[in-house]
Amino acid sequence: MIDGPFESQQAVKRPLIYRQFLWTRLTHWVWAVAIFFLLLSGLQIFNAHPTLYLGKQSGFGFSNEVLAMGAEDGPAGPVGYTRILGMHFNTTGVLGLSVVDDTPTNRGFPAWATIPSYQDLGTGRVVHFFFAWVLVITLAGWLVGSLFNGHLRRDLAPRGADLRALPGDIVNHLKFRFHHTRDYNTLQKLAYGGILFVVLPLLILTGLAMSPTMDAVVPFLVDALGGRQTARTIHFCMMLLIVGFFLVHMVMILAAGPLNELRSIITGWYRLDPSFGSHDAEKAEK
Amino acid sequence: MSKFTLSRRTLLTSAVLGGSGLLLGSCNVLDGLDRDSSVRDVLESANNLTYRVQRALAGPNALAEEFTEADIRQPQRPNGITNPDDEDYKAFLANNFADWRLEVSGLVAKPLSYSLAQLQAMPSRTQITRHDCVEGWSCIAKWIGVPLSLVLDEAAPKPSARYVVFYCMDTIEQDLSGSFKYYGSIDLIDARHPQTILAYGMNGRPLPVENGAPLRVRVERQLGYKMPKYLRKIELVDSLAAIGMGHGGYWEDNGYEWYGGI
Repeated sequence: MIDGPFESQQAVKRPLIYRQFLWTRLTHWVWAVAIFFLLLSGLQIFNAHPTLYLGKQSGFGFSNEVLAMGAEDGPAGPVGYTRILGMHFNTTGVLGLSVVDDTPTNRGFPAWATIPSYQDLGTGRVVHFFFAWVLVITLAGWLVGSLFNGHLRRDLAPRGADLRALPGDIVNHLKFRFHHTRDYNTLQKLAYGGILFVVLPLLILTGLAMSPTMDAVVPFLVDALGGRQTARTIHFCMMLLIVGFFLVHMVMILAAGPLNELRSIITGWYRLDPSFGSHDAEKAEK
Repeated sequence: MSKFTLSRRTLLTSAVLGGSGLLLGSCNVLDGLDRDSSVRDVLESANNLTYRVQRALAGPNALAEEFTEADIRQPQRPNGITNPDDEDYKAFLANNFADWRLEVSGLVAKPLSYSLAQLQAMPSRTQITRHDCVEGWSCIAKWIGVPLSLVLDEAAPKPSARYVVFYCMDTIEQDLSGSFKYYGSIDLIDARHPQTILAYGMNGRPLPVENGAPLRVRVERQLGYKMPKYLRKIELVDSLAAIGMGHGGYWEDNGYEWYGGI
């Protein structure tokens, strides 16, 4: 434990190293803020039509729905429901029907999950597109900077040793057993790389594919994504992956020692395990 | 190697990490981005960036995707006003729009007035396009109409003209301070776009009332709220300041961005 009573005595054996570049820390926090606002304004936008479809258009005269939220009358008053691939779930109080100003209201996501809290599509879009620009510019800056400062090559690119270490790494994570080393472990590389090179790019591309002007500029984009409504559904699913990543990210930080982890992403300095340097953790284990 | 144990500090940190997000959302501290707040002005500056970038990328002539007959799978979903209750509109409708005229005025060399038959006698364009609503849904339909550029050519806009303003016959809002009929505007780049048509027909039939009979505009590179229905007048202006509350349209005056390309 980094926050045990013997921390000062252990400091000698557990060296502090400069682990995160300023550029990495800065971009991390900028897109943390951007994603927070994008998520909550995105749920506001979703609420304007809380139904998802597959294909070029929304089925009103036919069915291509994959998800819908709404409210209907039940024997004991209104009921909120969520329908996923035809399966019906009662989600009263959270999805489909939730309380706004003491009144049960028909809305997709509840007021506490949206910006603004009340129904306001116009403002939601203003907030969303502002932070979309922030995210895209930060991501581009991060990519260029990380190519030059070695962050990509040194920290994120998976190596052969990473793949060999994968099974053991999964076991370690499942047991909440963490090594504090200079390098990211395999699952970290896969998770961070997956978010930065798959999920966020797909979120941006599907977002662009929903823009009618961008569809005139690059019609093959929306076609390749399966049509505008499929793009919207993918956009939503990538959002779920981001939320899932965030939750796991928080659990991992808490489990691995939150002060040490937070220090490294705020100041750059990180305390290693005793006598463990780069790549030494896995070897020492065996 | 560290084992996972919950210390008081861990608990406190987790409370801060997890709680801050919930708190921000739930106590409404992020509300209050009203039309005139300075924070909103900063956020809205991104819309100008979007407008400039999209205009630069799309140029004046990039076409919206057109679809095939097989993609027309349902009636066009109507939105907004679908059955105007306005007396003048009902009178026009009762007479099958024989007395209706489209006025073209403002900064033009030649103010004009068209009957529906005159518009239908002009060269037409037919296009099967996807209508994207700002709410998120899409619907594909076939539209036929006269290119707005042809009407503009006949009216000959003055060099100072920058925007085309559409005035409609449907009352969209009624309150104690009065009633507003729908209005909206586009710039001359979109007005002269090849796919921007004054549509009088849809899916092989005359334009239905719910979709804007007798005439609506199609602006295929923008969202649905930029395509007013129930047209009665087109005015060319050099500024949107005097239109409605000054933002260029009914929905724009209610917080939507003027540029609906995204």
